[in-house]
Amino acid sequence: MADTNREDAFVVFDRVQKSYDGETLVVKDLNLSMPRGEFLTMLGPSGSGKTTCLMMLAGFETATHGEILLGGRPINNIPPHKRGIGMVFQNYALFPHMTVAENLSFPLEVRGIGKSEREEKIKGALERVQMGDFGGRRPAQLSGGQQQRVALARALVFEPELVLMDEPLGALDKQLRETLQFEITHLAHELGITTVYVTHDQTEALTMSDRVAVFDDGMIQQLASPDKLYEEPQNSFVAQFIGENNTLEGVVTEIRGDLCEIRLDNGEIIDAKPVNVSKVGERTRMSIRPERVEMNKERLQEGAHTLKAEVLEFIYMGDIFRTRLRVAGNDDFIIKTRNAPDQLRLKPGEKIEIGWLPSDCRALDA
Amino acid sequence: MSDQSLTSSAAAPTPSNGPMLAADGTPLKKSLNRALRRQKTRALMLIAPLLIFILVTFIAPIADMLFRSVENQIVSETLPRTVVAINEWEPEETPLPPNDAFEAIYRDIFVAAEEKTHTRLGSRLNYETTGISSLFRKSGRAVDDVGERYVDAISDALPDWKGAGPWAVLGDAAHPALPGYNDAWKDFARVSTASGDDPATEKPWELLFVALAEELRAGALNEYDGPLGTELAQLSTALEPVAPVDYRAAMVEVDEDWEDPDIWATIKTYAPPFTPGYFLNAADMKYSADGIEVKQESERLYGMLFQRTLLMSLTITLATILLGYPVAFLMANLPMRISNLLMIFVLLPFWTSLLVRTSAWKVLLQQEGVINDLLVWIGLIADDGRLVMINNATGTIIAMTHILLPFMILPLYSVMQTIPPSYVRAAKSLGATNWTAFWRVYFPQSVPGIGAGSILVFIVAIGYYITPELVGGTTGVFISNRIAYHISTSLNWGLAAALGSILLVVVLILYWTYDRIVGIDNVKLG
Ligand SMILES: Nc1ncnc2c1ncn2[C@@H]1O[C@H](COP(=O)(O)OP(=O)(O)OP(=O)(O)O)[C@@H](O)[C@H]1O
Ligand SMILES: [Mg+2]
Repeated sequence: MADTNREDAFVVFDRVQKSYDGETLVVKDLNLSMPRGEFLTMLGPSGSGKTTCLMMLAGFETATHGEILLGGRPINNIPPHKRGIGMVFQNYALFPHMTVAENLSFPLEVRGIGKSEREEKIKGALERVQMGDFGGRRPAQLSGGQQQRVALARALVFEPELVLMDEPLGALDKQLRETLQFEITHLAHELGITTVYVTHDQTEALTMSDRVAVFDDGMIQQLASPDKLYEEPQNSFVAQFIGENNTLEGVVTEIRGDLCEIRLDNGEIIDAKPVNVSKVGERTRMSIRPERVEMNKERLQEGAHTLKAEVLEFIYMGDIFRTRLRVAGNDDFIIKTRNAPDQLRLKPGEKIEIGWLPSDCRALDA
Repeated sequence: MSDQSLTSSAAAPTPSNGPMLAADGTPLKKSLNRALRRQKTRALMLIAPLLIFILVTFIAPIADMLFRSVENQIVSETLPRTVVAINEWEPEETPLPPNDAFEAIYRDIFVAAEEKTHTRLGSRLNYETTGISSLFRKSGRAVDDVGERYVDAISDALPDWKGAGPWAVLGDAAHPALPGYNDAWKDFARVSTASGDDPATEKPWELLFVALAEELRAGALNEYDGPLGTELAQLSTALEPVAPVDYRAAMVEVDEDWEDPDIWATIKTYAPPFTPGYFLNAADMKYSADGIEVKQESERLYGMLFQRTLLMSLTITLATILLGYPVAFLMANLPMRISNLLMIFVLLPFWTSLLVRTSAWKVLLQQEGVINDLLVWIGLIADDGRLVMINNATGTIIAMTHILLPFMILPLYSVMQTIPPSYVRAAKSLGATNWTAFWRVYFPQSVPGIGAGSILVFIVAIGYYITPELVGGTTGVFISNRIAYHISTSLNWGLAAALGSILLVVVLILYWTYDRIVGIDNVKLG
C-alpha cells in the first residue's frame, strides 16, 4: 500500500502548490496518491497547511500550481457541489435552522431523491451513529458529541466515495474522542469509504489511519503507515513529532553499509543506523525511542552499545516507570520500563550504564 | 428517554424538617431575598438616571398627549352657566334650548369677553362647526349693550350707582337672597384683581346692573335684610315700568346665528369635560343629530392618510430590503478592508444633514432635473414627456428609501457577519448549487436581520415628517405632516393628539402582530 501508482489511485495531488497572498507558499510541493478505501491522516503542527489541502480537494480553494485528480479526472473543472465529497467540519457546521433529520435530508433533497427513499436513508444513517431518536431535535439541543455524530451521519448519508474530516474531534473531551475515533474508523472501513482525516493529535493519527502524512512547513515530511512512522522516522522532525524521542548529537566519522560510526559531542564513539546521513564529517542527530533503551546489563543483547548515565528523576506511572537521565550531556534522556517485580527502581543521583542496539539508533539530519 | 430519568434522579432531596438555615441561623430563603434585594436596589440605582430621563421626556409627554386627545374642559370653564342651563335640554325634541340658556350665554360671553377667552373657545368650537369663531367674536363685541335699559334705569334713579361704591358693598355682603348678583360679582372681582385693579374702585360692569335688576324684578327684596336695603327698594320701584329684556331676541339681534340649532347642538355636544370628538374627527366621523356618523366622502381625510402612510412605509421597507440585502451580503463576505470602505459609503448619508440630502433629491428628481435631463438625452423619454418624480408619492418613496437604507443595512450586516462561511461550504459540499446553498442555508439565517431592519425602517418611516413635507407635494405626505399642521398651524392640539394616539396604537398593534407571526426573539441586531 505504501506507494500506489497513479493509474489506480483515487485521489492524487501532483506537485501542488498554494499561496494565498502571492508572497509565501502555504503548500510547497505536495505529492500524494491515495488508493480507494484508504484512511489517510494529515498530521502536523498548526499552520502547516492541512486545512488548505482539504479545502483544495473540496473545491473551496484553488491550487496555485499543480494538479489534483479525483478518480483519474482533474478536479479543477468540477464545481464543489458536483464533486460528491462528504465533509465534516471542525465546528460541525450543522444548519442551525433545521432539525437533525432535515440536516440529513438536505444532501438527498438536492440530489432529487424521493421522499420515502430519503426517509429510509436518514433513518439508516442516524442509526449507524446511534442517533436514531434524535431526528426531531435542533442542533443547538444536542451535546458536542451528539452534534459530531450527526455531522458524520450527514457527510455519509449521500454515500460519497470520499470523505474529508477537518479535526472533527478537536472540541471533545478525551474519553468521547476515543470512542468516536473507534466509531469513525469502524464506519469508514465498513462502508469502504476513502477518508482524508486532519488532526493535531498524533495518538489519533496513529490509532486510526492506514497511512499518516506528517505535514510541516507546507510539505509532507513523511508518508507511511503508523508503525513505520513511529519506528522508522525519516527525519528529525518526524522523530520528534511522533511519540517520545531521545536525541543525541554528534559527527559522522565513518559509514560502512548498514552501520555508521559517530563521535558524540563528549568524545564517545557509538554506532548507529545511517538513515539521513550521506557523508563523513556531517553533523547528525540520532533518535532512540525510550522503550528501546535497556538499563539492565544482563538483558543487553549482543552487539549493544553501553553509555554511562546519571539518574536525575524517577517517575512512577503505574504500568510503566519513566526515568530521566543525563546521557552524554543531554539532560532529557528518557527511559520507559515496564512495571515488573524484577524491574530496577532507581534513585536520583545513581550512576548506571545503559545500552541499546545500533539498529535502534537512527542517525538523522541535524 | 434516558436523560429524563437522569434529571429526575438528579433532583436533590428536600429536607423534611423545617426550612433550610443559612450559616448565621436565619432561614435561607430570607437571607437569599436580602441578598437579592440589595442587588436589585443597586441595579435600580444604575438605571435611575435613564429612567427619570425617560419618564420626564417620553412617558410624561405621551401621557399628556393621550390626555389632550380627549380633554375638553374649555367649554365648561368658559361657559359655566350655559353648560348648566342646557343640561336638561334635549336637542332631538326642541331644536333650540330654553330661554334661560340665552340669558346664561349672554352672561357667560360677557364675562369671557372681559377676560378675552371667548375667541379661544370660538376657535376650538369652530373645529366642529364652522362659523362659531366669528359668532363668538361678534357677540363678544356687542354683548355690552344687551342690558342697556336696566343700566339706564338704575343710573337715572340713583346716580351714585354709576360708580363702584354700592356695588362693592353689595358684593362684599354676599347676601344669599341675591345669588345671581353674587355670581356676577365674583367674576367681576376675579377679573379686576387679575388685571391688577381693585374691584372696590373699578367701574362696574353692565353685567352687574343686569344681574341686580333681574334679582330685584324676581322679588328678591322680600327676603332681603342686608345693607343698602332702602336703595334697593328705590331701584326696585324704578325698574318696575321698564320692559323686561328678552335675552333670546337680544342675542339673535347680535347675531342671527344664535337661532341656528347646529350652534347650540355643538355647544351641548362639547359641554362635558371629556370628549371622543377628536378621535371621531381623526377617524373621519362626527357627531350629528342622529348620533355618530361617518363624514361625507369629500370631507374624509385621515383614513386615507393613515392608509397611505402604512402602504408607503411598507413599500419603503420592501425597497430597503431589496436594495440593502445585496450590499450587506457583499460587506459581510468581502475582506475587511473593502467592507470598511463600503461601510463608509453606507454611513455617508448619516453624516450629511437630512435637509441637504432631501434637497439634493429635489434637484435630481424635478422635471427639469438631472435624471429627467439624462433620460431625455439618452432618448428614453420625450422632452415633453418628462417624468413627474417629485412632489408626489414617488418622490417621497425614493427619498425616504435612500434615507432609511442604513437602518436596514446595518442590522443585516451585523447578523450576516455572525453567519460562519462554513455553513455555505457545508451546503455546497453536500451537493447544493450556489443558489440552493444561499436560499436554503444562508438566507434563513439572515432572516432575523431582515426582521430587525424591517421593524426599524417601518417604524421610523411611519412617523417620518421632514422628507414627505419637502418632496411629497400633496399626494405624498404622511399622517405625521397632518399632525404637524395641527400642532403648529391650525393649533388644534386635541386633534393632533388624537391622530398621534391612533398612530401609536397602530404601531403597537403592528408590533404585536409581528411578534405573533415572526416572533420578536427571531429579531436580532447581531
Ligand atoms: N484564507 C486565507 N488567507 C490567507 N492566508 C491563509 C488563509 N487560510 C490559511 N492561511 C494561512 O495558510 C497557512 C496554513 O493554514 P491552514 O489553515 O492550512 O493550517 P492548518 O494546518 O490547517 O492549521 P491548524 O492545525 O491550526 O488548523 C497559515 O499560515 C495560515 O495563516
Ligand atoms: Mg486547520
